[in-house]
Amino acid sequence: MKPGSRLKSSACDTEVVVIRCGSGTIQCGGAAMSESGADAADLSPDFAGGSVMGKRYVDAAGTTELLCVKPGKGSLALDGTVLALKEAKPLPASD
Amino acid sequence: MNIALLLEMAADAASDRTALVCDGKRWTYAELLAAARGAYELIVDSGASHVALLDESSEASVIALFGAALAGVPYCPLNYRLADADLAGLLGRIAPALIVGDAARVARLVPDQGHVVYPRAEFTLAAQEAVASDGADYDTGEGVAIQLFTSGTTAAPKAAILRHSNLVSYILGTVEFASAEDSDAALVSVPPYHIAGIAALISSIYAQRRIVLLPAFAPDAWLKLVDAERATNAFVVPTMLSRIIHALDKGVHADIGSLRSIAYGGGKMPLELIHRALDLFPDTGFTNAYGLTETSSTVALLGPDEHRAAHGASDPKVRARLASVGKPLPTIELEIRGESGEVLPHGQPGEIYVRGDQVSGEYREKSALDAAGWFPTRDAGYLDEDGYLFLSGRADDVIVRGGENISPGEIEDVLLTHPAIADVAAVAIPSAEWGEAVGVAAVLRGGCDQPADDDLKELIRARLRSSRVPDRILFVPSLPYNEMGKLLRREVKLILAD
Repeated sequence: MKPGSRLKSSACDTEVVVIRCGSGTIQCGGAAMSESGADAADLSPDFAGGSVMGKRYVDAAGTTELLCVKPGKGSLALDGTVLALKEAKPLPASD
Repeated sequence: MNIALLLEMAADAASDRTALVCDGKRWTYAELLAAARGAYELIVDSGASHVALLDESSEASVIALFGAALAGVPYCPLNYRLADADLAGLLGRIAPALIVGDAARVARLVPDQGHVVYPRAEFTLAAQEAVASDGADYDTGEGVAIQLFTSGTTAAPKAAILRHSNLVSYILGTVEFASAEDSDAALVSVPPYHIAGIAALISSIYAQRRIVLLPAFAPDAWLKLVDAERATNAFVVPTMLSRIIHALDKGVHADIGSLRSIAYGGGKMPLELIHRALDLFPDTGFTNAYGLTETSSTVALLGPDEHRAAHGASDPKVRARLASVGKPLPTIELEIRGESGEVLPHGQPGEIYVRGDQVSGEYREKSALDAAGWFPTRDAGYLDEDGYLFLSGRADDVIVRGGENISPGEIEDVLLTHPAIADVAAVAIPSAEWGEAVGVAAVLRGGCDQPADDDLKELIRARLRSSRVPDRILFVPSLPYNEMGKLLRREVKLILAD
């Protein structure tokens, strides 16, 4: 797993691209994500907040950052801790 | 992450929405993506090391940009206005390339460099008709997305490279995905080889803002296109804005009430012109964007509210901000440094350094970043006490007279206050006594008598100091600018050296 990797959820339709990553397991819907998205898992009710297309998700330390490229029902997490939404700081359309 | 993924996301989320309008033809996101995937096939089959554009903007330039990205081959839009010898030199540096555009010129200039050439319409058609291969191996975007030859106003063109990671950071940091309204449309009229033109394409696609391309800028055509497509956003260089206002003054009729936002950059905006524009377009938000090729476009900007505040201000400090390029983006670090690299306090002029993920600072030959990742822009400037950035020209343009650094801008600003002077450039000229001295090329305002050299020298002496007084003043019919409105100081030097 490295920046640029595309990961699929095993528990929902979510797909992400890794912007940056440190150590730890990237999860969605309570199950580990992988490049194949195989090993279908059930969506955990504790991780069912959903992912939003085009949003970036980061951990508190700022070591892992994901871009959601396909939305789904699962919440993105790192080692069991739900990732926070990272807002873009939109420019007044400068170009 | 590959920049082409930004187009894939738009095509996933809004496949049937209009992405692009050019010469009356409309392209949806799905159609653009399909053509880019077709272009990937053409590029891979060609074995090219670069994908070059030798043409004006069109759907072909967008398809080539993303096709090259998918193939993992740098996209290299070239300045088709270059003289034959200069262009041939650049083509040699990117051989063998897949070139989209002026096939006859390539055949005439460089018949034996192994380029594969498609005229615009043939490329678009071939990309649409190419059959996607099974298991196409699209690039993951770890390498170079774009190679741009710098305009070379001070030296030979350098090959600046922007990595996918630089451009993706810029877009993700500054644009919210799918944030544009259905009615939003961005009119893009800057040449395809300018970073602002490329950034406008990628930003608009990610925001899902319809792109309206004007292949060759002309003020009447620009106004008519705003009217016909109800454009809401536009980016212009200062000379374009000047010509647009001139066309309106002459009575060109167009309803441009849809324009909510005009951004400008790429050259120095005359104060008189921006005040005039703010009066003429009272409901339009103006944004001044400062950036370089090497920084993936904008690193600082002066926003619409700041423009209005400065325009209407009586406080001279606030009013002066209209001449600034605003504040650095939140995602950018910016410092002003002195000659020995020390960080200078507010108010003191020095060289502008920037750092951030969008900053490449990298050339084909070598990286210009220092060990800590800072990029020396070679632009000179200072920050005021509230953090607004003011530019004072290129660091290379500083005149060093007897060890004293003189910024051309301070001399030019004083001379421009003279009623008989319409335009002026101050440059270094050789001096046996001082090493360098100040030379001035000036353009007389129509209907005025040419002022005496001594009067102009006295104006400088009174307003600045004696070291700023020019050794030579030459009146010329016009000053040399490139097509983006950048003053070509090296040519001014040649004129004054005669």
